[in-house]
Amino acid sequence: MNKLIAICAVLGALAAGTAAAKTVTLLNASYDPTRELYRDANAAFAAQWKAQHGDSVTIRMSHGGSGKQARAVVDGLPADVVTLALAHDIDVLADRGLIPAHWQQRLPDNSAPYTSTIVFLVRKGNPKKIRDWSDLVRPGVQVITPNPKTSGGARWNFLAAWGYALRQAGGSEAKAKAFVHALYKHVPVLDTGARGATNTFVQRGIGDVLLAWENEAILARQEIGGADVEIVVPSMSILAEPTVALVDRNVDKHGTRAVAEAYLKFLYSPQGQEIAAKNHYRPRSPQVMAKYANQFPQVHLFTLKDLFGDWHQANAKFFADGAIFDQIGPGT
Amino acid sequence: MKRRILPGFNLSLGYSLTYLGLIVLLPLAALAWKASGLGIGGLIELLRVPRTLAALKLSFGGATLAAAINVVVGLLVAWVLVRYRFPGRRLFDAAVDLPFALPTAVAGIALTALYAPNGWIGQWLAALGIKVAYTPSGVLVAMVFVGFPFVVRTLQPVLETLEHDVEEAAETLGARRWQIFLKVILPMLVPTLLTGFALALARAVGEYGSVIFIAGNIPMKSEIAPLLIVQSLEQFDYAGAAALGVAMLAFSFVLLLVITLLQRWSHRWAEVAP
Repeated sequence: MNKLIAICAVLGALAAGTAAAKTVTLLNASYDPTRELYRDANAAFAAQWKAQHGDSVTIRMSHGGSGKQARAVVDGLPADVVTLALAHDIDVLADRGLIPAHWQQRLPDNSAPYTSTIVFLVRKGNPKKIRDWSDLVRPGVQVITPNPKTSGGARWNFLAAWGYALRQAGGSEAKAKAFVHALYKHVPVLDTGARGATNTFVQRGIGDVLLAWENEAILARQEIGGADVEIVVPSMSILAEPTVALVDRNVDKHGTRAVAEAYLKFLYSPQGQEIAAKNHYRPRSPQVMAKYANQFPQVHLFTLKDLFGDWHQANAKFFADGAIFDQIGPGT
Repeated sequence: MKRRILPGFNLSLGYSLTYLGLIVLLPLAALAWKASGLGIGGLIELLRVPRTLAALKLSFGGATLAAAINVVVGLLVAWVLVRYRFPGRRLFDAAVDLPFALPTAVAGIALTALYAPNGWIGQWLAALGIKVAYTPSGVLVAMVFVGFPFVVRTLQPVLETLEHDVEEAAETLGARRWQIFLKVILPMLVPTLLTGFALALARAVGEYGSVIFIAGNIPMKSEIAPLLIVQSLEQFDYAGAAALGVAMLAFSFVLLLVITLLQRWSHRWAEVAP
């Protein structure tokens, strides 16, 4: 009998012990180029949460192509939050009932705590003298961009090119279509993802210009390409808004709503914005932006909403089967 | 009654069928079920799209050519490994399996690095005006790479058991070396060569990981059928993806069936011929 009491006491103590030092685990499903960003953000958030609540948070990451990640969550990847390349991929979760339809209004700035834009990466010294979008369709210029049907980043590239042509003096839908058609005639390799395209350009030495996320371009220049590449900022480009959301169905199942909410809000905090800027994403906060102004040159930026409405519309018009990209893409 | 090696014929047959059902047939049934959302009309419609046709042509044409190359070169390699003794033979022999072991993406990146215009091999080819990486030839190179061990490994055990006395007999009867090869050895190897061909072909048709890096993925030019499936999935078009999968499966099945028939025919032929 005494033995039994002793065992119960030990078990009770163990249970109490685990309850006191609670460890929360979050899973963040993100896209490829955010590895460095979330490595920093996760560490900072975990430290802050521990200081404020005494609990440890472990944030596990899952990286992959943005569309693939959305599909994985639909198919049951138990992600507490998704931080993807474009709102369209999170819309998919809303369409399947995993999150409410108004998800994008739940957080400030269209649920995009940081932004980026599309810039050009060219060879050292810019031998082909590429300054703006119109230079990309000059004879002899080869452009590297991934396939917008498989890459979220490539959809921003496509829309940026379209928007540039549309916004020129005398621009029209027909002229935009002709410009983008000409542009894709200059694409020799159509990679499936943004990192693949960066590798094709930097490592394989294919092409004269890479259309890239600004954060990828800065990273490529700093790390992989070394001194062999330069960034060219065009006269205008698109404001790329990578969006974040908590996955209601999963956080309610895991009981992690509070932490997940705090985690996403942390991205908007001065500290979170600072981390985004350090990882070459354009911060939303004007103060932090001012501090890193020399890293982010002034570009005339148009938004998806300005020109294309929302992703459902843009997708149906450009990227669905038989839509404009299929009509004018490479090989046509 | 003849004693069987495995106890309980019914039990082992049951296990085999259940296993086959779970591992092979169930996923295929799921594929067919997903594809059925499209209907036969939709499937035909899908197959009539020029881009789909071009991709299927590249996948199956490339795989057939790659398998043919592998049969010729694989026969040579297997012959050398079995019939001759030379230093480093075991190492050479082990190296044959590398395409099996290497993750396909790694293989693809390595091949691209070699054949890109700035790669070790690519720069020499570029000087001659030949482009391999990012063209259909690149697809062929990757397909040859992944299919190669299948041919060598199927041939080796058969070559080892070939009776030397048959060749010696042919020689005593005055046959020349090429006659011995063409009329004595080759007929005995045809069924095995066909097996190797079929395996290499099947592997190359479905190959995605390594091909995707070295193909330019340009629609109508260097886009393989599995990439179209991935693209459909990216657009959440599960039915379209599954339908393409079923179409590829059907083609492969017909091809493998033809090869099996050829094999039976050649077996009979090999037995009757001498």
